[in-house]
Amino acid sequence: MTAAIAIQGLEVVFDRFRALKGVSLEVGEGQSYGLVGESGSGKSTLLKAITGLAPVASGTVTVNGKTLGKTRDKAFYRDVQMVFQDPYGSLHPRQTVDRLLQEPLAIHGIADGEKRIERALDEVGLGKGFRFRYAHQLSGGQRQRVAIARALILEPSILLLDEPTSALDASVQAEVLNLLEEVRRRRKLTFLMVSHDLAIITHMCERLMVMQNGEAVETLTASQLIGHRVSEDYTRNLLRASEGFVRV
Amino acid sequence: MSGDTLLEVDDLRVTFPTRTGLVQAVRGVSFSLGRERLGIVGESGSGKSQTGRAIMGLTPPQAQVSARKLAFDDIDLLSISPRQRRSLRGNRIAMILQDPKYSLDPVMTIGRQIVETLRTHEKVSKAEARERALAMLQAVQIRDPARVFDLYPHEVSGGMGQRAMIAMMLITGPELMIADEPTSALDVTVQLDVLKILDKLVAERGMGLIFISHDLRLVSSFCDRVVVMYAGKVVEQIKASELRDAQHPYTRGLLNCMPRIGFERHPLPVLDRKPEWAA
Repeated sequence: MTAAIAIQGLEVVFDRFRALKGVSLEVGEGQSYGLVGESGSGKSTLLKAITGLAPVASGTVTVNGKTLGKTRDKAFYRDVQMVFQDPYGSLHPRQTVDRLLQEPLAIHGIADGEKRIERALDEVGLGKGFRFRYAHQLSGGQRQRVAIARALILEPSILLLDEPTSALDASVQAEVLNLLEEVRRRRKLTFLMVSHDLAIITHMCERLMVMQNGEAVETLTASQLIGHRVSEDYTRNLLRASEGFVRV
Repeated sequence: MSGDTLLEVDDLRVTFPTRTGLVQAVRGVSFSLGRERLGIVGESGSGKSQTGRAIMGLTPPQAQVSARKLAFDDIDLLSISPRQRRSLRGNRIAMILQDPKYSLDPVMTIGRQIVETLRTHEKVSKAEARERALAMLQAVQIRDPARVFDLYPHEVSGGMGQRAMIAMMLITGPELMIADEPTSALDVTVQLDVLKILDKLVAERGMGLIFISHDLRLVSSFCDRVVVMYAGKVVEQIKASELRDAQHPYTRGLLNCMPRIGFERHPLPVLDRKPEWAA
């Protein structure tokens, strides 16, 4: 199996702060890979470094066999798309859904916009009725569906998901997670998903990396995690925390 | 009313005027609270936060609050003057909000905010207020209170900010604490620390607690009793320990839709909302 994303010794430095300290990982084509850790562990920074939104100090990122340089070309952005955490912040407040979905098409010079927009909305379960609404006329779950539609409209092979459901209600979260699984199955997408919630990661991903302070703590398969076969105390703490509050 | 009942809510309604007519965010909610931990659970828009805000007296001015009874310690909250209401708010009834990033004053140091709360409600000298604020910061397990006292909210982490908020709310020794999603903005590990602190302080001080959250599992592990809200109404009231036997399909749906470690379900069950739930 070839690696869709291969990262070697990635360092990200903001001023003098080392946000990522030499992280390496490999995500196979069609795999779903999870990154877990608390805020400040560098998991979102890793995604941003892949897309070129964070200053990479050293290390290499290889996507679909191509090692990325300082700048990324259009083809990269067509192949790799990102869904952000906060659907309230990631959609333009003064653009209709139609306008939002046209943007990526315009950037990449894709002609059959009309059809693609309809298909993308259909695919995320929104339908045509939502096409000319503004973001503020949508619920959180619907907004996140629009964000997913915007990512899918370019037919990428890799989706980077940065806490895609943490701003949503539990019941809506289930719907969005199901949607993501479904599009992944249908389009054979590769997922790199960030979450602080171990349960979501084990539900969505086959492999995962636990991160802390910009470093990898350990790499596990979902079944190792489910079976509590973990070797690091930090992971054990995370597992305990995800079981909920226990009064002592 | 018996001496054990701290708060009585009977047929509480909160109505917002909108361009398209009146919207009832809360439609006849009733419950009573002793010195116990009560959870209010529901999705966004279920009216759980507006219920909390109505008790606190923080409903936006354009909204209408009505109730057959809304009484805290036999004081009728709807008929007292704004001045009397203010003397209760932050003093005997306190509220913890969701995100310390937004709910703390960004241009005031943490220490000053805590001292301000205290000096609004009690006549204490500046030096004593500082002492008590530092002690309170210690109580919420902030390791270096003297340092944190002089920091601005943006200089501390989310967990630290939320602890500071708890300190600020507890410093007046309230009898009723309303916590509106107190840990939703925090990391899982920090969540548990903050809950532990809250749990300990609520138990020690014998407060009544209303814990508002969308996370049914979390609420059931933290509270004695749970009120489940849907579309502005209470659909079920149940003891947390008996949640497994919940009757209402909405409650059961909320319980089931969360992914759990070790329970493989693809796709996850989703809520099949019935119009009669809202009726």
